[in-house]
Amino acid sequence: MALLDVENLSISFGGLRAVDSFSVSIEKGQLYGLIGPNGAGKTTVFNLLTGVYAPDEGFIRLNGKDITRLKTIEINKEGIARTFQNIRLFKELSVLDNVKVGLHNRYKYSTIEGLLRLPHYFSVEKQMNERAMELLKVFDLDQQADYLASNLPYGKQRKLEIARALATDPILLLLDEPAAGMNPNETKELMETIRFVRDHFDMTILLIEHDMKLVSGICEELTVLNFGKILTQGKTSDVLNDPEVITAYLGE
Amino acid sequence: MKSLKNNKNLYNNLITIGIVVVGYILVTILSAAGVLSNLLQGLLVPLCAYIILAVSLNLTVGILGELSLGHAGFMCVGAFTSAFFSKCTQNTITFAPLRFLIALLIGAACAGVIGFLIGMPVLRLKGDYLAIVTLAFGEIIKNIVNVLFIGKDAKGFHFSMKDSLSLNLEEGGDVIINGAQGITGTPKDSNFTVGVILIILTLLIVLNLIHSRDGRAIMSIRDNLIAAESVGIHITKYKLMAFTISAALAGTAGVLYSHNLNSLMATPKNFGYNMSIMILVFVVLGGIGNIRGSVIAAVVLTLLPELLRGLNDYRMLIYSIVLIVMMLYNWAPNMIAFRKKLANRFSRKKEVA
Repeated sequence: MALLDVENLSISFGGLRAVDSFSVSIEKGQLYGLIGPNGAGKTTVFNLLTGVYAPDEGFIRLNGKDITRLKTIEINKEGIARTFQNIRLFKELSVLDNVKVGLHNRYKYSTIEGLLRLPHYFSVEKQMNERAMELLKVFDLDQQADYLASNLPYGKQRKLEIARALATDPILLLLDEPAAGMNPNETKELMETIRFVRDHFDMTILLIEHDMKLVSGICEELTVLNFGKILTQGKTSDVLNDPEVITAYLGE
Repeated sequence: MKSLKNNKNLYNNLITIGIVVVGYILVTILSAAGVLSNLLQGLLVPLCAYIILAVSLNLTVGILGELSLGHAGFMCVGAFTSAFFSKCTQNTITFAPLRFLIALLIGAACAGVIGFLIGMPVLRLKGDYLAIVTLAFGEIIKNIVNVLFIGKDAKGFHFSMKDSLSLNLEEGGDVIINGAQGITGTPKDSNFTVGVILIILTLLIVLNLIHSRDGRAIMSIRDNLIAAESVGIHITKYKLMAFTISAALAGTAGVLYSHNLNSLMATPKNFGYNMSIMILVFVVLGGIGNIRGSVIAAVVLTLLPELLRGLNDYRMLIYSIVLIVMMLYNWAPNMIAFRKKLANRFSRKKEVA
């Protein structure tokens, strides 16, 4: 059974069918790519998967469980975490606190315990700090734990977003254009990080990307979207050599 | 590094509370030495109430990031419910501290409940819309209190929204809330010391909240609602939590305020729009999200007009200049950069030493 099973997912905005009969099946541990020209509906698919929009038709199953039409926070609790195309960090919080917000639902104490600083508060906060630092270390951010998130350089902000998403302990990670705005060196480093996350956290990753080097370098399978419809689906090397895909991307 | 960060928070919190304690000791000495004028002494308890209000509003404006213009309304609820209780039980509970403590809990709880009820529909709105609706609710609360008549006689409580005659009180009955004339004869249970204790309590609640799991959730909503939702933060719950706590603390300020006055009336000046704006001025000039700044701004901006009374003609001129200077100090980009540079130089010196 596939980890993520999407069947005939569709949504329209006004008269525009932004996503039309989108289906995909992703196995556990896979690195899966979703590509397509601008406006093809890639981010809309992410928004459907994470409950930002409710689909008009179709099913989403995670580990066999129907999660269609669940709310965003419920879907996150079921195990889907995401990053955003335009970075969305908690800018006025420290790097460490950004990750600790991600840990919110995994480490708990009551409001009263927090207000009165009961012993449980200190022990849980300590565990949270340790776990958060562990995650930051993976992304080489532990030295900047005290920085405000907005003071990090761009590439590190992207990494922090991934760290925050991982803090929620997901089984499926959605990355929306993780390499956007990065130079070739940073992209190369990011590719290694993504592979490392997959192996180290035993993660399944679905990513949207325009950088073909990154896509061909790390994705095992691809789906190509064009005008909301699936153009083609399959092994990365096959898809990228498909004349139809080349036409959609490069024009006639 | 982790411990350093926690210590830094603790250190900052201690400084804030230290400032309050030092201020308290200073004022006590000054007033014992007889330096303080009667006018200033009369201002001490309201000043404590203003500080609590500023800190509590900063929780909504700075930490939750929502503009609320109805804060005086919650203060009004706390003031009237607690004064009502104290007047009713004046003869049954003779031990004043206990009576005040119960009044305090009642005032805070009522303001919190009203805050919760108003927050539920209102917090769906954002920005200017939220500001306008909270402003309206603040005025509604004040106006309801102004037409409220409650009396008590042998048969129990009587209630009217017309006038005190229609309460139909029996002989020996007592009008407790008399419409626009408010409540007269509230026992004077609060004083400066109580006020300072309440300030410290408020500071502890707000600062502990900010540095807890819930506080981080609230601030994450402020910084990026969509991202907060994507990592599983329950938006409505935490918005309401911040708003309710903020309202309850404003209620506390109301309790303090009302138990310092013999006759409590809901006028536009003390519980209306003017008050809400004044508190917002404290918060904005002290620095949005800066709790210590709120305390300092409330003190400076409350005392300044009184201290400048001697310079009668120039009083408001100086006041407005101070407002502008504070605004520049806290918000001008160049000033922020300069302060950072200064702070860096200090910390480097420390390292060298």
